[in-house]
Amino acid sequence: MYEEPILQVRNLHKQFGPGCVQCSSSSDRHLEKNYCPNCGTVYACQNLSFDLYPGEILGIVGESGSGKSTMMQCLYFDAEVTSGEAYIADGHETAYENVFELSSQQQRFIRNHKYGMVYQNPVHGLKMNFSSVGNIAEKLIAAGNRNVADMESTSKTLLESVHIPLFRMKEAPKNFSGGMQQRVQIAKALSNNPPILFLDEVTTGLDLSVQANVLDLIKKIQRELGISMIVVSHDLAVIRMLADRTIVMLNGRIIEEGLTDQILEDPQHAYTQQLVYSLL
Amino acid sequence: MRMLEIGDFGKRFTIHHLGQTMHAVEHIDFSLDKGEFIGIVGKSGSGKSTILKSIYRTYLPDEGKIIYNSERFGDIDLSTAAERQIIYLRKYEIGYVSQFLNVMPRTTSRQLVEQALLEMGESEEVAKAEAEKALIHFELDPKLWDTYPNTFSGGEKLRLNIAIATVKKPRLLLLDEPTASLDHQSKIKVREIIEKLKANGTTLVGVFHDIEFMEGLCDKVYDMKTRQLVMQAGVVSES
Repeated sequence: MYEEPILQVRNLHKQFGPGCVQCSSSSDRHLEKNYCPNCGTVYACQNLSFDLYPGEILGIVGESGSGKSTMMQCLYFDAEVTSGEAYIADGHETAYENVFELSSQQQRFIRNHKYGMVYQNPVHGLKMNFSSVGNIAEKLIAAGNRNVADMESTSKTLLESVHIPLFRMKEAPKNFSGGMQQRVQIAKALSNNPPILFLDEVTTGLDLSVQANVLDLIKKIQRELGISMIVVSHDLAVIRMLADRTIVMLNGRIIEEGLTDQILEDPQHAYTQQLVYSLL
Repeated sequence: MRMLEIGDFGKRFTIHHLGQTMHAVEHIDFSLDKGEFIGIVGKSGSGKSTILKSIYRTYLPDEGKIIYNSERFGDIDLSTAAERQIIYLRKYEIGYVSQFLNVMPRTTSRQLVEQALLEMGESEEVAKAEAEKALIHFELDPKLWDTYPNTFSGGEKLRLNIAIATVKKPRLLLLDEPTASLDHQSKIKVREIIEKLKANGTTLVGVFHDIEFMEGLCDKVYDMKTRQLVMQAGVVSES
């Protein structure tokens, strides 16, 4: 291969429940979808392995309950993995160490300096009662900034770049429309200049016109800042517009991965074919 | 210099809900040198586009080899190359033009051409200047430069498509029925565009429905019916 991945994920596994004789062997698991009918254990993510390359947008598609969001939560340390490894190659002291085994302090460092996250529901990414500027400053402080004037000017620049009118920057996101909240969230996620950005269903529930704005913004971020992104969506049209490569998940497993246009025009797996046939 | 060599290529489609596998094409052999233009002709459903889409890796090839001489990677088999290598080649070396325009919503014609260059790492000034040159070159009415292509006519969309693909100066350009659904005047325009590309040394693989359109333009014609190369476009029989 001619380039190094910025993020390598190996055998990411997340289960809810202890498992039993019928379901604990990874090669021979008797599940109904991702659920063990015997003991009730849910296998949300099963041995997920993939690479994210510098400057690329990797799409993750799959139906509700396929494990997409759980995977993102694990990567962002919002949820603890059951087992698995992830490596960030970005010249800092924890490079090439399994980030899931780092101390919570080191994980916080990665969250504050290496990662940005945009949640489907802005409630999870924003403090709804803080001002928009305050929300961004919170992330900047976490990343080590202390100069108030600097933080305010950075926040202004970011809010401007996501088209939030500056006369509303002191307003709390709870007063904003869904699309505006999403854009404040993107501004916040970008504020620490993260090399890796996670986007979880960011356009779901937005009207087409606002969706176009957000998509355009994401493409612009990729083009101008070269940030690597993982974009989770169940909307194939969104994935087609954004992602170079795409992973298809079903019942907690990766069932197919490939170039996005290849996934859409020459799907190999029976489930992916059904998904593509359903496309409007 | 050999640019592309296709050896015993075949492509199957497995349709799971029917439990069937269909052979789209098999035993395809042809090659072309730098600066040549090969036209692929045949009935609809004969697998012309399948070959093109497999070269571009929109389809996953099943059998045989597709050896491309890359500036970056040397001789590389496109049927087995890593996805990231294909993404690199699409960005810098191989272009694809179809009659359909599939682009970011609410992006103007001018921005679409500029973005193609910005993605290659060109500066904003260069992208702006080159984009204007390309739009003039492919005769897109300047009134349309700052509008969104959703409402363009078929011919306008096609010329914009060609501008987006060629502004990056690809070494290999794949043309997938670019003239389908165009009127005679627009076809002549596309023909002139292809002549210009050829004159600039671009290697071209084209799939065409109408044989007369190809006459005198292709260096080689591959006939899907006989699976043979014919040297001159005029001698292919309509079937």
